Amino acid sequence: MSSQLIKNNFREDRLPHIWCPGCGHGIIMRSLAQAVENLNLEKQKVCVISGIGCSSRTPGYLDFNTLHTTHGRALAFATGVKLANPELKVIVVTGDGDCTAIGGNHLIHTARRNIDITAIVFNNNIYGMTGGQYSPTTPTNEFGTTAPFGNIDKAFDICKLADAAGATYTARGTAYHVNQLTKIIENAISNKGFSLVDAISICPTYYGRKNKKGAAVNMMNYLKDFAVDAKVVDKLPPEKLENKFIIGEFKNTTEPEYTEEYMKIIKKYQKER
Amino acid sequence: MVNQKEIRLSGSGGQGLILGGIILAEAALLDGKNAIQSQSYGPEARGGASKAEVIISDDTIDYPKVEKADLLLALTDKAYHKYIKALKEGGILIIDSNVEVDLTNKAYKIIKIPIIETAAEKIGKSMVANIVALGVIRVVTEVVTEASLERAVLKRVPKGTEELNKAALQQGYLLAEEFKNI
Amino acid sequence: MNNRQVKLMQGNEACVEGALAAGMRFYAGYPITPSTEIAEFCAQRLPLVGGKFIQMEDEIAGMAATIGGSLAGLKSMTATSGPGFSLKQENIGYAALTEVPCVVVDVQRAGPSTGLPTAPSQGDIMQAKWGTHGDHPVIALSPTSVKETFDLTVKAFNLSEKYRTPVFLMLDEIVGHMREKIEIPNPDEIEIFDRVKPKVCDESYRAYRVDEGQIVPPMASFGEGFHFHVTGLMHDDYGFPSNDSGIADKLLRRIMSKISDNVDDIVLFEEEFIEDAEILILAYGCTYRSARSAAKQARAAGLKVGLFKALTIWPFPEKRVKELTKSIKKILVPELNLGQYAEEVERVVKNDAEVYSLGKVNGESITPEEILAKLREVL
Repeated sequence: MSSQLIKNNFREDRLPHIWCPGCGHGIIMRSLAQAVENLNLEKQKVCVISGIGCSSRTPGYLDFNTLHTTHGRALAFATGVKLANPELKVIVVTGDGDCTAIGGNHLIHTARRNIDITAIVFNNNIYGMTGGQYSPTTPTNEFGTTAPFGNIDKAFDICKLADAAGATYTARGTAYHVNQLTKIIENAISNKGFSLVDAISICPTYYGRKNKKGAAVNMMNYLKDFAVDAKVVDKLPPEKLENKFIIGEFKNTTEPEYTEEYMKIIKKYQKER
Repeated sequence: MVNQKEIRLSGSGGQGLILGGIILAEAALLDGKNAIQSQSYGPEARGGASKAEVIISDDTIDYPKVEKADLLLALTDKAYHKYIKALKEGGILIIDSNVEVDLTNKAYKIIKIPIIETAAEKIGKSMVANIVALGVIRVVTEVVTEASLERAVLKRVPKGTEELNKAALQQGYLLAEEFKNI
Repeated sequence: MNNRQVKLMQGNEACVEGALAAGMRFYAGYPITPSTEIAEFCAQRLPLVGGKFIQMEDEIAGMAATIGGSLAGLKSMTATSGPGFSLKQENIGYAALTEVPCVVVDVQRAGPSTGLPTAPSQGDIMQAKWGTHGDHPVIALSPTSVKETFDLTVKAFNLSEKYRTPVFLMLDEIVGHMREKIEIPNPDEIEIFDRVKPKVCDESYRAYRVDEGQIVPPMASFGEGFHFHVTGLMHDDYGFPSNDSGIADKLLRRIMSKISDNVDDIVLFEEEFIEDAEILILAYGCTYRSARSAAKQARAAGLKVGLFKALTIWPFPEKRVKELTKSIKKILVPELNLGQYAEEVERVVKNDAEVYSLGKVNGESITPEEILAKLREVL
């Protein structure tokens, strides 16, 4: 029997999803639905928009206004939707390749405008849908089908990227730390401005296999053992931070939001009818 | 065809020739005629050779570009050399005094007058050379009426510069009249 | 009583005025010569009527946001020129398959590549038809004057809303930049078509089902309670992705036939001097003006020249052109490219008429004299 959460927020007839056994994406999707539920958002005002890739299948399963767009362009479509109807709660679901490679420019500029959109990056460090090519978040020296001798690229820190570009909320969570991730997504949606959530997922099928990370459980254990909470980072000695990654909130500020600023222009200049 | 006048205004970018063309075309509309204004331009926003074209007709205008002009205004040496080839034989060349030109050339009627200097010294703003030139063109061609030209100028120039531009127009009329009397 | 406003107006401005008259309330784009004035006028005018303008980070984003704006319920437009038209193509295909109405203006300049950015061209005619991958429906209109730019922009929005498909307005640098007399119609004289909305939101609702007697599915906006899904994957009546070959075939054939079954409603053309003509000049956009001047001169010289103005360039005015070849055996197609449309004319008329191409790609317009010379050569 499906839970109330599934009943309320999912298109049950579209389930089960197509993700591989052990994939972390389903957990992040559930976290997103839980956040929407916790915030008590009016469902008909929720709009979930994605690009192309494994992550981008998410909107099809969720019972909101949903839009599955072209590769990399979800944030640009979302900007159009949000500006045309600022009453909508616009949430973009994207992947590491979709958001930071082909869609990197849109990420920078959506952040710069501080438009009220929440982007959740299902970050699995690989191109899964096309079969395991290295992405902008594949760590240096790791492997992909297009990095058979080891990846010589440096990996992006998506939160730092979004922060520098002007996002007013940035945070990182993982498919293991579910309760924290849900809270992060709630806070991201609540932020009146551009919010970026780097949601670390796992891809046992491609990234895991290519890099001998073991099965899904081993990869989950990695998330558990190597994540350090941002709140305690300052208290730890450097050796305890070696090879670790930081999760939690990095930025939560308030700045003028794009659609509100545009509405001010309309209010000031719109001719009386 | 008989009632169609093709005018090319040339000089350098920033001299307000496109605005001049627009004003001339609007004046023609106020006179109840048809007009088309077009331009060609290069990559530079200022400087370079710039031209504006105006076709004024009693009839509909099909081809919107000026091929052989009935009148060429040239405010710079560069524009003169670039566009003189496309002046109709027997056409009118209105050329600023700063440009060297062979006055013995009988292929067209040459009106060499100090447009830029007049704008700078009589009005105190070289910016209004385009308006002085429009005054000259009106007197020489009578392609638009004085009333319409003044209305068109006042509609397009920035607020607060109306008197200045009216004076520039008058200086243009004077220049052309003086030339006639030479 | 005639109280229409008479103005000297630029083609690009007339496009914006027409769009506003048609109900455009959203514009997203990126600056590019020679279309930039369209963005500038939209930035200036849209907030005054409560509409939205946004300058996006690139051409691709401009197209994406335009589609987003339309899905959120506003009539949307973007404008560009050749290089940007190339960049927009993937999302144009997306709008075609997902049936999102929008207007895409291409003020053509000389290409390929950066080419001659300030010079006129008609080199994007085939790109308008085949620019995006896969088979897709196409409507493209091309005005020859400032007044027609106003009228055809209104028409472009109407067709886009009626057939739920992106519509191209193919301007060129000459028509876009020239200033000409225009009499602006009064609002009550302008016919406007708004997208058909679904009536009931219940279990029976399917976002992509065409109701009996309708051409396209009714279109809800995001936020109205319909919770529908939009995807660029092949999709079923509900809008959900499907790999089923039967569903894919049915969908693609449906979106193609909504145009091909309604060609008579979409195709606009004008003719002059057709009776007794021995040769037809078939022209569109700025080149039509040269053709008309040439045709008048030719007639004055006793040459039996007819004139055909294609206002809808896609779909091609096939029926009428075929009809004309019953009596006219020669067709001259002048255009600012090396025969893109001439080839289409050849395809359509087959052996019923001789087709002559007069192409020019040096960034200058074709002059009436050049057309006249070609007429004398082939007559």
